[in-house]
Amino acid sequence: MILAKVIGTVVTTIGHSDFKHRRLLVVQPLVMEGEKADDDFVALDASHAGIGDTVLINREGGGARQVLKNPDAPVISVIVGIVDSINIG
Amino acid sequence: MLLGRVEGSAVCSVKYPGTEGLKLLIVQPLNRHLEPVGALQVAVDVVQAGAGDICLMVRSREAALAMPDIKFVPVDLALVGIVDELSVHPDSEFDFVLKKGVNPFA
Repeated sequence: MILAKVIGTVVTTIGHSDFKHRRLLVVQPLVMEGEKADDDFVALDASHAGIGDTVLINREGGGARQVLKNPDAPVISVIVGIVDSINIG
Repeated sequence: MLLGRVEGSAVCSVKYPGTEGLKLLIVQPLNRHLEPVGALQVAVDVVQAGAGDICLMVRSREAALAMPDIKFVPVDLALVGIVDELSVHPDSEFDFVLKKGVNPFA
């Protein structure tokens, strides 16, 4: 899983049925100082995350389908947690 | 999943069995500022997107899962939503860098 910041929202009325009734959030992965930032991407919210939240994202389809309880969901990235703090040794 | 813009369409008369009838669109992957990221790609459309539409796409096996009927076809990029609204806050509002020690967010 990766750590990212929620920076925006995406609204799609016409879309695949498995994306209905779920919020789509634009997220930017976090990096350590001096590292090059990864590309931003879109994740499905499963934790009621809001703009500015630091979140935990599962980027694997199998896990996403488990969270959504839907064996055919074409979803890869799902927000599975909201992070309060991170301690790096 | 990622954002993209439909740039055109592709027609293949000779295709892998099972992929007949799947509409192929030329798409340009985009970042949050709708700037191009990487080269043009071909995506299978399942939502009847048109040229110029900003769309939501999904890659790898999940793209094959998005197909209407036959689920396991050699498709690795599917267009699964047409974006009506994209609102992104400016980067200046956020800190994307993790530091050694405690990073409090709450």
